[in-house]
Amino acid sequence: MSTYTSVTDADRRAMLDAIGVDSVEALFADIPAALRLGRGLDLPAGLSEQEVYAHLRDLAARNVSAEDEVSFLGAGMYDSYVPALIDSIILRSEFLTPYTPYQPEISQGGLQVMFEYQTAISELTGLPVSNASVYEGPSAVGAAGYLAKLTNGRPRVLASRGVHPHSRETLETLSHGYGQTVEEIPLTDGVTDLEALKAALADDVSAVVLQQPNFLGSVEDVAALTAVAKEHGALVICACDPIPLGILQPPGEQGVDIAVGEGQTLGNRLDFGGPSFGFFAAAQEHIRRMPGRIAGETTDVDGRRGFVLTLQTREQHIRREKATSNICTAQALNALAGVIYLSWLGREGLVELGELLVRRTAYARERLTAIDGVTALHDAPVVREFALRLDADVEAVVEQLAAQGINAGYRLGRSYDEYADGLLVAITEQRSKAEIDRFADALAGAVAAHRRATVGAGAEAGR
Amino acid sequence: MSATFDKIADAPQTGIPFQRDDATTIYERSVPGRRAFAAPPLDVPERPLAELIPQRFLRTTPAALPEVSEPEIVRHYNRLSKRNFDLDTGFYPLGSCTMKHNPKLHERVAGLPGNARLHPLQDPKRAQGALELMHGLQEALAEVAGLPHVSLQPSAGSHGELAGLLLTRAYHEDRGEKRTKVLTPDTAHGTNPATVTMAGYEVVKVGTAPDGGVDVDDLRAKADESVACLMLTNPNTLGVFDRNIEEIAQIVHGVGATLYYDGANLNAIMGITRPGDMGFDIVHFNLHKSFTQPHGGGGPGAGPIAVSERIEPFLPKPQVVKRGDGTFDLDEDRPKSIGKLRGFQGNYGVFVRSYAYIRSLGGAGLRDASETAVLNANYLLALLRRAGVAEYLPAAFDRVCMHEFVLSGAPMKRELGIRTLDLAKRLLDHGVHPPTVYFPLLVDEALLLEPTETETKETLDHFAAVVAEILREAKEDPEIARNAPYTTPVRRLDEAGAAKRPVIRQPL
Repeated sequence: MSTYTSVTDADRRAMLDAIGVDSVEALFADIPAALRLGRGLDLPAGLSEQEVYAHLRDLAARNVSAEDEVSFLGAGMYDSYVPALIDSIILRSEFLTPYTPYQPEISQGGLQVMFEYQTAISELTGLPVSNASVYEGPSAVGAAGYLAKLTNGRPRVLASRGVHPHSRETLETLSHGYGQTVEEIPLTDGVTDLEALKAALADDVSAVVLQQPNFLGSVEDVAALTAVAKEHGALVICACDPIPLGILQPPGEQGVDIAVGEGQTLGNRLDFGGPSFGFFAAAQEHIRRMPGRIAGETTDVDGRRGFVLTLQTREQHIRREKATSNICTAQALNALAGVIYLSWLGREGLVELGELLVRRTAYARERLTAIDGVTALHDAPVVREFALRLDADVEAVVEQLAAQGINAGYRLGRSYDEYADGLLVAITEQRSKAEIDRFADALAGAVAAHRRATVGAGAEAGR
Repeated sequence: MSATFDKIADAPQTGIPFQRDDATTIYERSVPGRRAFAAPPLDVPERPLAELIPQRFLRTTPAALPEVSEPEIVRHYNRLSKRNFDLDTGFYPLGSCTMKHNPKLHERVAGLPGNARLHPLQDPKRAQGALELMHGLQEALAEVAGLPHVSLQPSAGSHGELAGLLLTRAYHEDRGEKRTKVLTPDTAHGTNPATVTMAGYEVVKVGTAPDGGVDVDDLRAKADESVACLMLTNPNTLGVFDRNIEEIAQIVHGVGATLYYDGANLNAIMGITRPGDMGFDIVHFNLHKSFTQPHGGGGPGAGPIAVSERIEPFLPKPQVVKRGDGTFDLDEDRPKSIGKLRGFQGNYGVFVRSYAYIRSLGGAGLRDASETAVLNANYLLALLRRAGVAEYLPAAFDRVCMHEFVLSGAPMKRELGIRTLDLAKRLLDHGVHPPTVYFPLLVDEALLLEPTETETKETLDHFAAVVAEILREAKEDPEIARNAPYTTPVRRLDEAGAAKRPVIRQPL
């Protein structure tokens, strides 16, 4: 059994003497006897470090990760490359093991990181106010909904069906608590239906929620959607994939009030879904309603430049039930990885990466839609992800490709009944032309093998 | 320069290598043309961007990210790191935060490619190791909590609290009941009342009895059919185990409300007593506290919840389940579920570390951790009850503490003219992280100390000696503490100015 304590028997005796009791047991005297467990916890016995390592290694070996297959699976998290310098920096004890910087004099490293991170997010989104991170993408959408509720108190939220299903579900879960209802705006040709949005809008709409690019990979006309929302005084929340923001018009320039998103692709690992971080940026007028930590620049008594947690009168530890959010511990270490990653890419690199993704994705989209039985689900412009329709049993196709070491992508039928024949394919900078070609050949074979019978195809189309 | 500034020379030099750097930002290090990133070669046709995406959707000016080389990035962040104090370097008795050692094995196992590069939407058939690990963690947490069902999904303690209140709401709605209030003791963490508001309830405060526990009469007076839940920490934020917990549970259940356990202080009781056995319906764990996920400068953490049978139908989805054939799966088919609280399955990387911790320690080891944490806290309390300290920093409650305890700096302020804040700042010069200060709110000039099981007797002896020394020094010259710290990367910062004229990003 491993142990991470240092108290010896002699220490214990000396300490108990100093306390003035004769046993450790006596320290628990306040716990009523009836509530004592009175037995050992029913858990496997403790193991040595090397045994734990071996056990965890065996478990990990039973997962098929992006290390083991050529993966085209995205849908919110992406197999992007994490440069080695990130591990080297974030594993430093000075970043890994402190807590929230309550004592700024000995936390300048962490606070300056937050300030630099906020600057980068502000640059990416084109919005002046960024916090120091929230949990992750979908809950960031929920937090944005709460900010809208605090801002205008209106009862309805309209969310595009192009918003990630997990974000919509999270928004619904949270808004049920704070008392808003979420309605969906349908997609047409892969993008949010502008006319349907116009029809649903009224002066009781608190916020309109969009995603850029949306779940099907489409670049949305955010400016046009935002303009109609503004006519009714609704706030616009846009969940953004941060890498495409290197080449796409930033939400702040399109009139978006709150830009949020999943930060995983900014230097964070897949980790089966977390921890990553969510980013949260907003227009200036929301600065005192923002959730989460915010670092600000100031000076010390000697005039030296320094950083502190600021605007804390928003926060739970000061304002309690009047706080603008309950968030306390968030994702500081993951946000650090994010700002290191953005510095690593740099001003030019972010654009180059975006351009590479667009070109490889365009190549892949053309290559795959040239396959007999494969068509584009929509023709909207895309950056790093696109949706296909397969005239074949999608599950069987995905299984066949998996057997060949290729993860074909996300079966849209898992969350969209209307796209039961849909496959969402993601391209990262780690997917070469050669891998895309191999995928195309394998997909052609699998679609041919699992082609729907002509009669079945008719039935499918009628769904 | 002020007289106190001269005191820098007198300040104890404890060898913590804080760098008096110049706070240059990464943006100020930027030089056009420098770069760290080399894009992989373009192996597909180079088509103009505007041919693929309409020009009007494209950005006209690049984001002003820094232009820096890899060596510059590494040096910049390594230098910044030296301006942080951290747990691996020194004592960090931050109350209610459980700053215990983070075993180094955990980073190694979390980083295994089968974990680190596993996509969250991988078919469960091809993620059996991860799901088995999550299932194993669920079972272990259920055993520690004494409650049968666990959801790992919430991302932090406050997220777990929100889950708990949304579960409470769903439970009552399912029974056709509409309840509007949630009770929180006046000793509660700030997250409790903030969560109550976010979940759409009204906060009603319950008082504290002279012994530090819940004022049971006040509770009885406020508990009625409009109350949805009582949120409680036990031991509470005063470090006191509430001896009346069974009666409290009876009162709360008597009006049909749920009893919620804030697990921030679970480190006191693992394997000794269990929230489920005390009558709690819903418990959250802070995996970054009791189960040693590194705190990361403010996250990541995770806030799994354990619940009783009657709450189970409403748990978030998906749930990790074990099928009849022994395989593991994600169950999305939960018609009464409150839904999702976030994307995917939760902070899996955190689960790996906490699972490794539980497998390393086993049941006996967890109990030993709690016993040692309580022993350390009581020993430190005994040291601070000695002459020279106790008359200035009395314990808020004159009884045995659990894993943490509260001192009041009120006599120190009155007699020596230094406040709790000054004591905290002077501790920085001694290479010690101060305790939590000015919390809990109901103790004047409060200090909340939690040494954890990590610390040696020598460390605790040293800390007590340092506190005594600071008080002795203040008796001679209170100005020293009032103007501390002196040896840190920066000295006291203008926080009021920062809030008044917020500069929260670099102008570029």
